[in-house]
Amino acid sequence: MEQFEPVVVAFCCHYCAYTAADMAGSKRLAYPANVNIVRVPCSGKVDAIHLMKAFEKGADGVYVAGCLEGDCHFKNGNTQVARRVAYVKRLLDEIGIGGERLEMFYMSAGMGERFARIATEMTEKIRDLGPNPVKSALNKKKGKAVA
Amino acid sequence: MKTESRLEKVLASGNLAVTSECGPPRGALPDKVREKAEMLRGYVDAINVTDNQTAMVRMSSFAACVIIKQMGLDPILQMVTRDRNRLAMQADILGAYAHGIDTMLCLSGDHPYFGDHPQAMNVHDIDSIQFVQMVHQMREEGKFMGGGDILNPPKMFIGAAANPFADPFELRVARLAKKAKAGTDFVQTQCIYNLDKFELWMKGVRDRGLHEKVHILAGITPMKTAGMARYMKNKVPGMDVPDEVVDRMAGVPKEKMAEEGIKICVESIQRLKEVKGVSGFHIMAIEWEQKVPEIVEKAGLYPRPENL
Amino acid sequence: MITAERKPLEEIVASVKPFQRILLVGCNECVTVCAAGGRKEVGLLASALQMHFMTEGKTIDIKEITLERQCDPEYVEELNVHMDQADAVLSMACGCGVQEIARRYREKPVFPAVNTKFMGASERQGVWAERCQGCGDCLLGLTGGICPIARCSKRLLNGPCGGSTTGKCEISPEVDCVWQLIWDRLKALGMQDRYEDIMPAKNWQTGRGGGPRKIIREDLAE
Repeated sequence: MEQFEPVVVAFCCHYCAYTAADMAGSKRLAYPANVNIVRVPCSGKVDAIHLMKAFEKGADGVYVAGCLEGDCHFKNGNTQVARRVAYVKRLLDEIGIGGERLEMFYMSAGMGERFARIATEMTEKIRDLGPNPVKSALNKKKGKAVA
Repeated sequence: MKTESRLEKVLASGNLAVTSECGPPRGALPDKVREKAEMLRGYVDAINVTDNQTAMVRMSSFAACVIIKQMGLDPILQMVTRDRNRLAMQADILGAYAHGIDTMLCLSGDHPYFGDHPQAMNVHDIDSIQFVQMVHQMREEGKFMGGGDILNPPKMFIGAAANPFADPFELRVARLAKKAKAGTDFVQTQCIYNLDKFELWMKGVRDRGLHEKVHILAGITPMKTAGMARYMKNKVPGMDVPDEVVDRMAGVPKEKMAEEGIKICVESIQRLKEVKGVSGFHIMAIEWEQKVPEIVEKAGLYPRPENL
Repeated sequence: MITAERKPLEEIVASVKPFQRILLVGCNECVTVCAAGGRKEVGLLASALQMHFMTEGKTIDIKEITLERQCDPEYVEELNVHMDQADAVLSMACGCGVQEIARRYREKPVFPAVNTKFMGASERQGVWAERCQGCGDCLLGLTGGICPIARCSKRLLNGPCGGSTTGKCEISPEVDCVWQLIWDRLKALGMQDRYEDIMPAKNWQTGRGGGPRKIIREDLAE
């Protein structure tokens, strides 16, 4: 029986979170390969529909990583997306998928350790939660047996 | 005299009038009404009967007034605009007058939000001032609001409420002026604990000569406990309870609180008797009606005038 | 604008459950402005519904369309080409739009996805408040441009009542006492003497009380 390997999508802002990811890489800090990074110019670019579609297409967990509060390169993109994340979390609860699969994090460009730690912790949290409940229908659609 | 109302006669004679209140029961219990009203016999000139007070359903004010009238006492029909439209109101006024009820109070009513039927529709076809105008027109012109003639038009002595303690204070005298303009004969005020503020309002009232157009009955409610004082201070909109009053109530031991409350009440009446323009008192002893005779006696307002 | 709020997902799911192919229709006007039923919200609801049914192991077909308006027959006609491929219509427009779709496509079940609330205006981003009740006989000129019919909890035309406390309504400290607002405005305009004019009882016939209303413009209607 294969162990469940979660698919986690991380929307990372170019100025802080993505740079922190780079920093983690250059410092050889390990973080799980389960985390798929999507670079955005600002975390505020991430809209509710992007988060929803990630889950709809089978992601088991999603997070948005932006600059530290007060330090957003575009002034308040991080606070705007934080409100959207809260809104989508509630929607995910209503759907039956669970808002705990979605989170918002803040970090600065130099925080390589923090990036790696969050990536690891989120992956483990999602591993414990199990696969995204939409997967059974997705697999049916593709004609596969349920994992 | 505009009407047959005993209250009108007492006020016209220059005596201080005394009214009190009866809340009807939450059921079809005529004896409860009789019990409460009987306690007041001889101590008051007229008895207000509340209309679904705090938006909680009770026996209708109209029905309870009929019961009280049949006891040989003088009821004041309270009616709120919250629960009925202008047709129902005019119909009820005709019905009440047909039973010999000749005094009424025109009010807006507490919002259903507070009551036991918050889902109910708020009618408010007309507001309290338009209501006064309507009843005035019925009496003086013998016409319905729609313009038709009334056969044997009801002659109601018209009352309204006044709250010198609600906001904005600067409007509260103008509000009385509006009610006077609409045809109000008398007002009963919200219960008074802040006598300074009340006297300030009365000064404004006198400056405009309103005390000569409208009889003002000062509202009085005895405190039972310090807890009640605090509740009324903090939780009841439009109520002004100064700290001194709460402190006085809290400063005596529990067994003495009721007595202290009555004391404060009587002292207030004595002070208000001296205020020019005050024509009488409206004693609201909610769920404590048995104390009204004691208050009336101690305040030197007993016996009530006879042979008017 | 007419404001609305999306119905709880569970209610929407219950109405579309029996159907396989859903036509999800948004509206580009009022419900877009109050973020309840425009293109974005259509996308979100389609995704949410799809995911919900997937958690139950099935997929449904949702076609997403946003019309310019749903309250004009010319736009509602644009849905015609899609009707054959739909078992039911889920409309995110206000009640007016839902009814226009139902009127045109009589053999298709139509369900509302939002609860239409009130005619209102935006106080600031993300906050809309009730402003107008459509009484049919506007008196805003007399009250300094603030409506007591829409904004007084008791619809008083000669307010305030005795429950007004520090500028707030007796029902809640979150609700402004509109008569306080009107008085402040009359003062600012130097129109305080207006306050003592008694506003007569309203003729509710021009409002909903007189029956469902219609406007006919003879110069425009054939």
